[in-house]
Amino acid sequence: MSREEVVIAGFGGQGVLLIGKLLAQAALDAGREVSWLPSYGPEMRGGTANCTVVVSDDPIASPIVDHPRGVVAMNRPSLDKFEGSVEAGGFLVINSSMVDRGAERTDLLVVNVRSLEMAQELGNVKAANMIVLGALAGLSALVGLQQIRRAVEHAFEQKPRALEVNLRALEAGHALAQVEIARAGAKGRGKGLDGSGGAGGAGNDSDGSACGLH
Amino acid sequence: MGCIMIFSGSEAAAKPRKLLMKGAEAIGEAAIRAGAKAYFCYPITPQTEVAEYLARRMPEVGGVFLQGESELAVANMLFGAAATGARVFTSTSSPGFSLMAEAMSYIAGAELPVVFINVMRCGPGLGGVLAAQSDYWQATRNSGHGDYRCPVLAPSSVQEAAELTLAAFELADRYRNPVIVLADGMIGQMMEPVMLEGLAAGEPVEKPWATQGCGGREPVVVKSLYLDPQVLERMNRRLAEKYAKMQTDEVQVELYNVRERHDLVVVAYGTMARICKTAIDRLGKEGLQVGLVRPITLFPFPVDAVHSAARHSAAGVVTVELSQGQMIDDVNLALGELGRSAFFGRSGGMVPTPDEVTRVFRDLVKRGAA
Repeated sequence: MSREEVVIAGFGGQGVLLIGKLLAQAALDAGREVSWLPSYGPEMRGGTANCTVVVSDDPIASPIVDHPRGVVAMNRPSLDKFEGSVEAGGFLVINSSMVDRGAERTDLLVVNVRSLEMAQELGNVKAANMIVLGALAGLSALVGLQQIRRAVEHAFEQKPRALEVNLRALEAGHALAQVEIARAGAKGRGKGLDGSGGAGGAGNDSDGSACGLH
Repeated sequence: MGCIMIFSGSEAAAKPRKLLMKGAEAIGEAAIRAGAKAYFCYPITPQTEVAEYLARRMPEVGGVFLQGESELAVANMLFGAAATGARVFTSTSSPGFSLMAEAMSYIAGAELPVVFINVMRCGPGLGGVLAAQSDYWQATRNSGHGDYRCPVLAPSSVQEAAELTLAAFELADRYRNPVIVLADGMIGQMMEPVMLEGLAAGEPVEKPWATQGCGGREPVVVKSLYLDPQVLERMNRRLAEKYAKMQTDEVQVELYNVRERHDLVVVAYGTMARICKTAIDRLGKEGLQVGLVRPITLFPFPVDAVHSAARHSAAGVVTVELSQGQMIDDVNLALGELGRSAFFGRSGGMVPTPDEVTRVFRDLVKRGAA
């Protein structure tokens, strides 16, 4: 019974909902059950936006999650709000281009992504969210890079010129996550990210209700 | 969102597969597959994506997409269009639904099949744009004036939103009655895999009452005005028989973990029921048996299912809603001599997490055992 939940949070306009949709589409293409639940205000840009993606081998009951396996924080308020909620042994992707602090938790696998600078180097600052998505692909136990790559290719079908840089951004983010996973592995951390799936939920809060148990 | 991605659409029709769709899009697509010929709308969060989807799709299937100048206009367009016998519908959210209430009463009085999709947001008044279930009373009693009722279908997933939209058209035609699909805002906004294959209109219902040009036959009249009290009472009685038949024939309910004996029985619908399921699974691992009765039809209400599940429950029944307590009235009516339901609800756009619901259920079981 593999199951994984990710909360992706940031300002409206940072591509938070898009990252989640691509992850969800990739999970569906991989034959998994999936739910994508957005939460945002009425603004097109600014304001806060987040979405919760649940990927599972079984039908999904609650699309709302208390303790996600991973959180992507695209800005500081999102890190402040969601860092504490990640289940023990889970992961945290921090968009360090927009976040002026590191992680406080020491029990998580943390990937700091300087997404704006990296995207600039790749030639298109708009691809910053694809770097973050690539990192997510590296950290997810249930959705692989190839599936996410296909979802991105499909999403950019009408914009072939933008596709190439976005795919390079995806690969760059994925490579960065691989480096962090290797480093954490060397330090003996990041347990549960080695393919043992959702079983890494031991040691959760007293409620014992981490979603990894399902 | 600046970027619109369309994962759904007719290009995928070649082989049956699941599409990732928003609830609002799935509702729109299901209506097209039900053979809806006209959609009238006025935009309102959190369901404007239904209109966005149909603005593109309705012209593709030769249907009518029309954004009216107000919900009042939209509801009366439905009245007129339904009188021709065509399958017609609208979608709106709570404040918009209130504005349609007058026409809805006329539509019920004239016995016209119309589907109303109400994706609830929180109120009262303009309230907020977030998810709620605070229009239960309005939907299940009657939104407008007069002695009428409508079937109310409450989806709990995107797939079910599509299926119940289709079912709503069938019910509307069969009973010559407006039908409401009542979804919370999360159903409208959430994306989930949807299997659209197999969603198709049933056998067409004869509509001798429809005003399609006499063509030699006697004229028909579609109206709700009956000034002769004897005639109107006859009409009221006939309507009452129709609603009684719905209560016998059209109840739909899901039972989750319902057994012979329970520590606690929960009644919840829509997305709230799914959050309850996660709590129930967790408590099952602690050895507690909690059963869920999820009404799929809110009217007719699954009276027997609630009563029978509640008969053997150590800690009784709890009703859980995204409101301050509306469906609990129907639960209490169903319980009858068994007593009264406890209640847990959040509102104003606040949605309880599985942790919160788990704690509430555990406390109720403990108190029941004490």
